[in-house]
Amino acid sequence: MSEYLKPLPKPSPTSRPFWDAARRHELKLQRCAGCGKFIFYPRTRCPYCFGDQLEWRAVSGRGKVYSYTVVRRASHRAFTDPYVLAIVELEEGPRMTTNIVAAPESVRVDLPVVVHFDDVTPENTLVKFKPA
Amino acid sequence: MSLKGKAAAIGIGELKPMKEPGPATTALGLMAEVAAEAIADAGLDKRDIDGFLVGMPFSDPGFIYPASAAEVMGLRVKMLNVVDIGGASPAGMIWRAAAAIDAGMCSAVLCVVADMNRAGDQRPPTVSVQREFESPYGNIGANCGYAMIANRHMFEFGTTSAQLAKVAVDQRSNALKNPLATFNDKPLTIAEVLGSRMIVDPLHLYEIVSPVTGGAAVIVASPEIAKRAKHPPIWLLGAGEYADHATITYAPSLTESPIKIAADTAFKMAGVERKDMNFVCPYDCYTITVVVTLEDAGFCKKGQGGRFVEEHDLTYRGDFPCNTHGGQLSFGQPGLAGGMSHVTEAIRQLMGRGGERQVKGAQLGYVNGNGGIMSEQVGLVLERRS
Repeated sequence: MSEYLKPLPKPSPTSRPFWDAARRHELKLQRCAGCGKFIFYPRTRCPYCFGDQLEWRAVSGRGKVYSYTVVRRASHRAFTDPYVLAIVELEEGPRMTTNIVAAPESVRVDLPVVVHFDDVTPENTLVKFKPA
Repeated sequence: MSLKGKAAAIGIGELKPMKEPGPATTALGLMAEVAAEAIADAGLDKRDIDGFLVGMPFSDPGFIYPASAAEVMGLRVKMLNVVDIGGASPAGMIWRAAAAIDAGMCSAVLCVVADMNRAGDQRPPTVSVQREFESPYGNIGANCGYAMIANRHMFEFGTTSAQLAKVAVDQRSNALKNPLATFNDKPLTIAEVLGSRMIVDPLHLYEIVSPVTGGAAVIVASPEIAKRAKHPPIWLLGAGEYADHATITYAPSLTESPIKIAADTAFKMAGVERKDMNFVCPYDCYTITVVVTLEDAGFCKKGQGGRFVEEHDLTYRGDFPCNTHGGQLSFGQPGLAGGMSHVTEAIRQLMGRGGERQVKGAQLGYVNGNGGIMSEQVGLVLERRS
């Protein structure tokens, strides 16, 4: 097993529940009790209504590719091979930066996708997506 | 309240970008060099400068920066600050300088940016949320975000790579007449752009700015000082600024940018129309940036930007002169001085100092400054009074 050299997330006290859930292969987002909106990335206050009653909820893990690119030459030396970077719009509304685990030529805008948990190290799971 | 006609740009300085910095080059040294050029261009003495706005260089960053940079130049100032809105910082400096002057805080502001870039420099994001939710997936640097904007624009509106390439091609024609441009030795064709290496789909190498080393400065002065300037003063007629996201993933839209509000604010303040502009200088870190800017700044309808650049001649002799200095795509991007190149070019054109690429009778120009991934936006309407 080669060493994992790509950047890893350092959870903050605010985001810890998101990454802990990912570790268990669950996708959880904050939902604002005030305005009812799901939000991403995790915050201490809702960026829409600025309410502070945010609760963690399991979500469907389903969404669509809002846009994507195939990065053939990355701005970070650890990313050596071409990869699909994407913005996925979840059924619940929020958009996330992620990777699509699929052949680059099979990815297109609007492609339905489903969450795919990638245990990149024993301690770290990244939230990626694959074609549904 | 308005900044219309409250201050004028009276002097510019701009270094010819270097592909590699020399052994004795420093960002602070470049700033001093280009500041001296701008102060002399304005016909002022360094002691006349009593306001200072500076951009933080990536190559030598630090907190509590402005006093250090001012100290290096021996400036004594009544207003000093860093403007930290990415590539929009230089355009943002112009209205901030005018506002400080209008408020009576100072009367002649040095706005200066300079940076050193070496090929292969890697600059990870410094804000924690980006390190946490972007970097692990490889959303690092600006390329990826603009590529995703381009793909979405193509999906929604049918924009083509050939249309995007036309921006780089016409701007290269402009650069051929700009001795300061990095790429000014030979024309570029659409086929060459599309044949250059794919870096981030759908953006090819020649649709992406090249990092270089350089610097630029502008002196903004009160009407009183402007009266005795060496060159015709170029008045700030309108300004607007807007941001609604940092990372493009969390923007309300990938294809409708904050430019609309910035531009509307600027034109409303100026009291002039888009059609009155003799030229435009939109920030062009990528070809797609220009297309989205022309749409959102109101020069064509949303979704029609691709067709617009295809149907119009964007050269200095064309029907829609755009980035007559070559844009950053041909000028090079010396850090924040890339953003300043749009401001200096607009001032140069309005002063009538465009040389071989002079737009005849230029009296009104529009500048757009763009930070991050279509994040911070600044619109400026500049005027030479007849």
